[in-house]
Amino acid sequence: MLKKITYREALNEALVEEMERDPAVVLIGEEVGQYDGAYKVSQGLLKKFGEKRVIDTPITEAGFAGLGIGAAMGGLRPVVEMMTFNFALLALDQIVNGAAKMRYMSGGQVKVPCVIRGPGGAAHQLAAQHSQCFESTFASVPGLKVVMPSTSRDAKGLLKSAIRDDNPVIFIEGEILYGSVGDVPEGEYLIPIGVGDIKREGSDVTIIAHSKMVYVALTAAKRLEEFGISAEVLDLRTIRPLDEELIVQSVRKTHRCVIVEEGWHFYGVGAQVADVIYNHIFDELDAPIRRVTGLDVPMPYSKPLEHQVIPDAHRVIDAVRDVLYMKG
Amino acid sequence: MKAPEDFQKRTLFFYRQMLLIRRFEEKVAQMYGEGYVTGFCHLYIGQEAVATGAIGTLNPQDYVFASYREHPHPILKGTDPKRVMAELFGKKSGCSQGKGGSMHLFDVEKGFLGGHAIVAGHCPLAAGTAFASKYLGNGRVSLCFFGDGATNQGVFHETLNLAAMWELPVVFICENNRYGMGTAIERTTKIYDIAKKASGYAMPHEQVDGMDVEAVYQATKKAVERARQENTPTLLEAVTYRFKGHSMSDPAHYRTKEELEEQKERDPLRKIRDQLLVEKSVTEEDFKEMEKGVKGVLDEAVRFAMESEFPSYEDIFADVYA
Repeated sequence: MLKKITYREALNEALVEEMERDPAVVLIGEEVGQYDGAYKVSQGLLKKFGEKRVIDTPITEAGFAGLGIGAAMGGLRPVVEMMTFNFALLALDQIVNGAAKMRYMSGGQVKVPCVIRGPGGAAHQLAAQHSQCFESTFASVPGLKVVMPSTSRDAKGLLKSAIRDDNPVIFIEGEILYGSVGDVPEGEYLIPIGVGDIKREGSDVTIIAHSKMVYVALTAAKRLEEFGISAEVLDLRTIRPLDEELIVQSVRKTHRCVIVEEGWHFYGVGAQVADVIYNHIFDELDAPIRRVTGLDVPMPYSKPLEHQVIPDAHRVIDAVRDVLYMKG
Repeated sequence: MKAPEDFQKRTLFFYRQMLLIRRFEEKVAQMYGEGYVTGFCHLYIGQEAVATGAIGTLNPQDYVFASYREHPHPILKGTDPKRVMAELFGKKSGCSQGKGGSMHLFDVEKGFLGGHAIVAGHCPLAAGTAFASKYLGNGRVSLCFFGDGATNQGVFHETLNLAAMWELPVVFICENNRYGMGTAIERTTKIYDIAKKASGYAMPHEQVDGMDVEAVYQATKKAVERARQENTPTLLEAVTYRFKGHSMSDPAHYRTKEELEEQKERDPLRKIRDQLLVEKSVTEEDFKEMEKGVKGVLDEAVRFAMESEFPSYEDIFADVYA
């Protein structure tokens, strides 16, 4: 049995179920309680679980992120909400020098079961300081896991797994995906961290994407169908660890690959994915890999400019035609 | 380790501990000179009364966090000096399996949650374990040591604000040795009495003589009780001095010889030694015996560290993830 719920509701359900299941799970963050969540992900949680478990913080990202990490060291399983991942930069030291390193530098003695979650990526005209993708920043740090679901189903199943994970998990939600609706199974289910998903089967080219770029890829794939091109869309779901096997499997089938991401081109997620492909099945590629990314600029405010910075289906189609040598 | 209730027993207990960690650091300096200990190495010599007096108030299950100048803290919390020495040698038998070194000693079983090398970075972690203790109702108090330099960091102030607001059982102990690396406190802040910084957060605070182990003990005891019973955090400032440079590579040219000599008059060990001799409760012979005992412990620690194996290639990849 499936039900249709929004991405936001799916995350909310994951939090409710995990908080009901395990009293060690607490939610800490700005406006998560009385305000019911800046993006309403935590709606109703304060009423349901009380102030002891749904904790409003002052605006102090390094402080409450560090406190959450310490609470995890002290036996809790905190979910720390960043109002947006742009603000998580203030807590970067706590996350990178703290959460990610604690287990290793203690020789395996310390466990940090902490989820740091919140929206990332561009929304609508929020300009340079509120429209950024930091998944590659976090994913380059050993000790962290980075998860980015695209659908309601994945959001719920992955957040539940993240909360049960004994490692620090960076869980980046798509800011403009919160209202998107998708099918979610009734009853409890988990989606394992580190496993990608084929969102659409195809045979001519693999389009690899994550988070909201999955929808851009799907739109492109649908239009490509009109040209008789069968595109497979692979959703990474987890940025670290990467599902290398699925990536290799899909590209081995199609022999061509386009990687789409919203973030900047330089040192992006796509560069890592391309590295995996080149290292494993270079010989099987029929064309060089193309990367479609956000343009290498801080995000402009003006609407038409913003639209040009963020990858769209046209650019993906263009790249696909390129790897199929259909241009010119 | 918890100090005895009886004053005289406690004084002797503190002296033994301070002697052990003083000689431990001297041995570390020697081993550094011989190339067995490498990396950054920050000695605690001169500051012994602070960690000794403060940790002497704790129960075994209480938590201690420290900065990178932390060789004595796990020892005082109950870690075998052998395992600390082996860690400094980078050996697998070390308290962090050779992965942490001088700045990242850990002993979770003994409640020592690490040496942390980002100035003030561990302050919110200590507030976090205090948060967990209060939530779980396990009665554990967190003690967080840091230097005066840490009190100018934003995250230190963020932590004090949260700890005060949320009434967390944590005691912040500033080991004010007057220098943040080579920069004197007068050159970094307008408030030389660090304890006063707590008043910005309506948090109880106290300044104590960090060269007087009993004074540190009494002040910390009061703060720990307040934390345990009332969930009220405290900022304690122990005014102390490090007799060596910031690290092994620092000749400390930024301070005068006279200043150092003047401070050495405050030597916390000598203070107790004189006191015990005057009281005639301990004789010169007894002191010699104590020295001999400590020497034995440290020789054994060095032998253990030397004979232990380095971690293997496979160990490099262990414990990145749980």
